[in-house]
Amino acid sequence: MSFSLEHFVIIPVLLPLTVAAALLLFRDQHRVGKAIAVLATMLALLAVSIVLLVLTASDGENGWLGVYLLGNWSPVFGIVLVADRAAAVMVATTAVLGAAAMIFASARWNGAGPHFHSLFLFLIAGVNGAFLTGDLFNLFVFFEVMLAASYGLLLHASTVAKVRSGLQYIAINLVASSVFLIGVSLIYGVTGTLNMAELAVRVPLIDDADRMLLEVGAAVLGTAFLAKAGMWPLCFWLPSAYSSAVSPVAAVFAILSKVGVYIIWRLSLLLFGLDTGPSAGLAQNWLLIGGLATLVFGSVGVLASQGLARLTAYAVIVSSGTMLVAIGVGGIEVAAGAFYYMVGSTLALAALFMLVELIERGRMAGADVLAVTMEAFGFEDEDVLPDEEEVGIPIPGKLAVLGISFIACTLLLAGLPPFSGFVGKVAILAGIIGIHAGGTGSPIAGADWAAVTLLIVSGLAVMIAMLRGGINTFWATREDMTPNVSVVEIVPITALIVVCLALTVFAGPAMTYFTAAAAELHNPVGYIEAVLTASPLPYPGRGVLP
Amino acid sequence: MELILAIGIGVLAGSGVWLILRPRSFQVIIGLSLLSYAVNLFIFSMGRLGTGKPPVLDPSIPMDTAAFTDPLPQALVLTAIVIGFAMTALFLVVLIVSRGLTGTDHVDGREPGQ
Repeated sequence: MSFSLEHFVIIPVLLPLTVAAALLLFRDQHRVGKAIAVLATMLALLAVSIVLLVLTASDGENGWLGVYLLGNWSPVFGIVLVADRAAAVMVATTAVLGAAAMIFASARWNGAGPHFHSLFLFLIAGVNGAFLTGDLFNLFVFFEVMLAASYGLLLHASTVAKVRSGLQYIAINLVASSVFLIGVSLIYGVTGTLNMAELAVRVPLIDDADRMLLEVGAAVLGTAFLAKAGMWPLCFWLPSAYSSAVSPVAAVFAILSKVGVYIIWRLSLLLFGLDTGPSAGLAQNWLLIGGLATLVFGSVGVLASQGLARLTAYAVIVSSGTMLVAIGVGGIEVAAGAFYYMVGSTLALAALFMLVELIERGRMAGADVLAVTMEAFGFEDEDVLPDEEEVGIPIPGKLAVLGISFIACTLLLAGLPPFSGFVGKVAILAGIIGIHAGGTGSPIAGADWAAVTLLIVSGLAVMIAMLRGGINTFWATREDMTPNVSVVEIVPITALIVVCLALTVFAGPAMTYFTAAAAELHNPVGYIEAVLTASPLPYPGRGVLP
Repeated sequence: MELILAIGIGVLAGSGVWLILRPRSFQVIIGLSLLSYAVNLFIFSMGRLGTGKPPVLDPSIPMDTAAFTDPLPQALVLTAIVIGFAMTALFLVVLIVSRGLTGTDHVDGREPGQ
């Protein structure tokens, strides 16, 4: 039997599911073996996603589109998985992130509670499935797989704070799932299909009488994803949930909010793209306004955060806000920049979550709170050092590595050169300004300029907050400052930063790819055609079933 | 029949939302259950209502879509029920853990005013 390339599309879902199920058979005491198994799975996924990246990048104008028919059903009846450029990028990001988080967790966190490794892989399977699926209800199932695993992971190493925020996180997500189902069933009730490509064909043809129902369905569905993405005012659960999770889990959670963003992006362009009839551009202005509000909320939150973990959680909201603004503005150039920004910022956020845990480890509890409070009330350090001690002590090597990583993360998240955050933000800003330079004045020009301003200001807010955190942490005169850090924990952080650096060095080819991915999202003709013309393989001796 | 179903869904959803907004975690879980019943009925109704129509095609009856009911929403409801049930069970566990760790059944993990 020949191995067709389409099989690569199912591997990112199937492999983690299988390994996770197999790992359940072993006792948790074998945690080194389990960690190696998870790591091997993540590396295999990385290899598969690189294959997908190469495949989608090649082959002519529209690229190769991997359409996998589950159970060999025709796409009209069955479920399809689709790998295009955007999906391949997201799967690759997940693999990099997952591998780094697992290496980090293998140092100590994976022994802190039962079934960490299986839950971790179930989460990865759900995320990959959500990126690859071409069917709305299947999307719901993958979402639930992802969420169920995330509930378990959030409660990993249970403490009171985790259980408290976990309770709220689960309640919010259960409500969001109900909302998701209402949206899906409304859309099904109007259009009679759940296949995303077929929906794109049917949406422009809906009767005017039913159109409002369809738009309501789409809006309700969007609300569920926006709650996941953390758009204001649906994001109040996010900081406490993300900052109370153990750090490798929080690092993987960085991609969960991007799942929401990605699906909003894909569905809004597929169903309500520019030439899809009367509903075109549905809610785009709302996404822009919501994104701007999210940016404001995130920036204020970052500045107001007292602990570094909470600061990082608010930086997640800033990152989501940036993405939503970019989606709201629209246009291929903006989208390409946003893609670039999304990959870089997700990796940087993950690195920062892990880094913060290492930094906090060496410090007494509540040191941050104390530092920020003292600053707010104008207390200076009372104990001025005598002159002979002002020479300074050498910074310990471990702390220097942590400090440099912290600076790199700051530059990445604030969008300063020389890192990928800068390139991504410049690309977004140039895209937004370019819309007007092109002479096609859009009706929301004022909002566009607000977007430009807020994108820059939010970067400034992140930078100020992180500088303050960094100064209080690394330049403080404290006795309890040498954290007990093993090499295994520094390697993944450095690796993530190096990936971001590589993204900057190879910004040219990366941007070419992201531009193609954005063009593919904006003009999904190739996607729709590839899915609808996919035909089942003939069974030997029986021919094709309907 | 449409009216009764609509009222039923509305009452379930309304009570569910009200209970979710209550401060005790037991009320929240009952609210979530009611909401998921409402959603399940809603999905079911999106396949159009009808009585006495089988969802499975029967080769002996001549092909006529009016004689059958849409099987897809029924399959979706089944999946949604299973997932919703599992999630409710999981939430119940977390709720009990929270009760055990914090000593209160308030959703914030502490009594108001403490």
